[in-house]
Amino acid sequence: MDVHEYQAKELLAKFGVAIPRGGVAHTPEQAVYVATELGGSHWAVKAQVHAGGRGKAGGVKLCRTYHDVRRIAEDLLGKRLVTVQTGPEGKLVQRVYVEVADKIEREFYLSFVLDRKTERINIIASKHGGMEIEEIAKSDPSAILNLVVEPAFGLQPFQARELAFKLGLNLKQVSRAVQCIMSAYRAFRDLDANMVEINPLVLAAEDRMVALDAKMSFDDNALFRQPLVSNMHDPSQDDPREVVAQQHNLNYVGLDGEIGCIVNGAGLAMATMDMIKFAGGSPANFLDVGGGASPERVAAAFRLVLGDANVKAILVNIFAGINRCDWVAQGIVQAYNEVKPNVPLIVRLAGTNVEAGNKIIAESGIPLITASSLADAAKKAVEAIKG
Amino acid sequence: MSILIDENSRILIQGFTGDKGTFHAKEMIAYGSKVVGGVTPGKGGTTHLGLPVFDTVKDAVAATGADTSITFVAPAFCADAICEAADGGIRLVCSITDGIPAQDMMRVKRTLLKYPKERRTLMVGPNCAGIISPGKAMLGIMPGHIYTKGNIGIVSRSGTLGYEAAQQLQEVGLGVSTSVGIGGDPINGSSFLDHLRLFEEDSETAAVLMIGEIGGPQEAEAAQWIKENMTKPVVGYVAGLTAPKGRRMGHAGAIIAGFGDSAAEKSEIMKSLGLTVSPSPSDFGTTMAKVLADRRAA
Repeated sequence: MDVHEYQAKELLAKFGVAIPRGGVAHTPEQAVYVATELGGSHWAVKAQVHAGGRGKAGGVKLCRTYHDVRRIAEDLLGKRLVTVQTGPEGKLVQRVYVEVADKIEREFYLSFVLDRKTERINIIASKHGGMEIEEIAKSDPSAILNLVVEPAFGLQPFQARELAFKLGLNLKQVSRAVQCIMSAYRAFRDLDANMVEINPLVLAAEDRMVALDAKMSFDDNALFRQPLVSNMHDPSQDDPREVVAQQHNLNYVGLDGEIGCIVNGAGLAMATMDMIKFAGGSPANFLDVGGGASPERVAAAFRLVLGDANVKAILVNIFAGINRCDWVAQGIVQAYNEVKPNVPLIVRLAGTNVEAGNKIIAESGIPLITASSLADAAKKAVEAIKG
Repeated sequence: MSILIDENSRILIQGFTGDKGTFHAKEMIAYGSKVVGGVTPGKGGTTHLGLPVFDTVKDAVAATGADTSITFVAPAFCADAICEAADGGIRLVCSITDGIPAQDMMRVKRTLLKYPKERRTLMVGPNCAGIISPGKAMLGIMPGHIYTKGNIGIVSRSGTLGYEAAQQLQEVGLGVSTSVGIGGDPINGSSFLDHLRLFEEDSETAAVLMIGEIGGPQEAEAAQWIKENMTKPVVGYVAGLTAPKGRRMGHAGAIIAGFGDSAAEKSEIMKSLGLTVSPSPSDFGTTMAKVLADRRAA
């Protein structure tokens, strides 16, 4: 689960990370109000969307007057911001964050990630702030500092201190940096994050180390124990098809092809999508109905897939293990009669009681196309679109 | 031999008296697995499915001599159940549970390392279908009848794609020595490499089918190990060719987050390190048959 910059800053601040003074606004009037309350003479007005690349897309602007704050907020709010990370449809800007723009002495990069190779929390830091880490990796790889945290002990202050000295800071700055790194680590650990990125972490006036931008993403599996975080979920930033899928407890990822997929098991679902591609077609979605292919779930899956206007055929691939093919077939027939899809439906059943299942489908009087193997199913789905 | 489990494995069901534990325990018992009892805190002293229930793993091990366990425990409590099993002397824990927080698994793996090597627990999963050594034992939720006993090892992240593989092998007259699901999570108890090592040493396994997917370094790591250490042929496949970057495809670990994570990259790495890559997920059986025939002819 992702959160907005202003939410990431709020969470990090709770753990002791220094952030610039700022406030969130939903309307241009609120943006001006926030600026007046903050005081000062320079403000950054930042579009709040779940995507990077906002600056280059015109989503972050510096202002020197309340008039400019209002104008920028008006330009951004209610529109879709398209960045290199959003795809052409962009993301809806419903909030802006207004921040006091302080003097910046130096910029650094700091991030935390749960690394799959080391199976540990890794801390990455660099003297080159404000750049993408991939750019730094290309232009100056020796400038990337790495620190692995031992889960049995957690992050130790001396480790953070070693890192901070390598960033070329003086003692006072180092102690501020250590406090920032330790605080951000605790936030990562205690909030079940899987990524925290502070880029840039800036050295501001009076040796303060401040998180000028912050991105956080969280482990979906841990949301049950993170009510504060899960409450920050913003569905306006998600693909609307996926918002509907979540409501039905279906695991769905929207793509842009024409053959809708309904499969049990994530790996089999990905393999089904692969097979469609090998057969010359393109999948419209990933959808894992999981272990329970009951009539209700299959019907919900049909409706979800049909909600995508691009879908010209649906491929159902169920490998029944504990479930039985005859039950699954009954469920499909029932769901079909309820939903009445208007596109060709190709069904491939495998596993327990497959002959009984295929018989039920054949005798249902419904125009379903049955397939025997994965390859056969994909081939028939592609043909059904052409035919 | 088969790997990990056989007819002598003494199995405990953790979460024995819950719906899932009960259902799958029945299936495992019917398959012939030696289930010796189960653990549900608070129900110690009772009987379930004709077997004793215990409050703790230690009590269960003391009474039954169990050495293997399977967890049907909710995500919030599962990491703890795995640690309890390790501390109680269980040598192999298989966790079916889908939804364990990643940092919990990070801590579980670290905890397992605190025990000396000679008594260290091997963990399989989580978020997997389990382990089956056809004709000997089943420690999982797979449909036993799709597995014929034979000499092909299967190691897979996906459950149902693993079933697909077993069925395809059956269709070309090949059987399975052991099939292991390592699960779909980003941090797992054991990797492809861990099981390939066991298959290489197993006299009953002649070749291995390795089924990966997008996300994570374990397929590339395994391919490197195979090149340097494995004498038996390996057929590989990586699911998720059409997966877009940055999107989680069902499994918590199935996400293209950086270099080397995509199916295309992993496939290339496998090919370059001497694995035979199945041209599609419909060709597992035929590819394996061909690889074995080529070996015999050579």
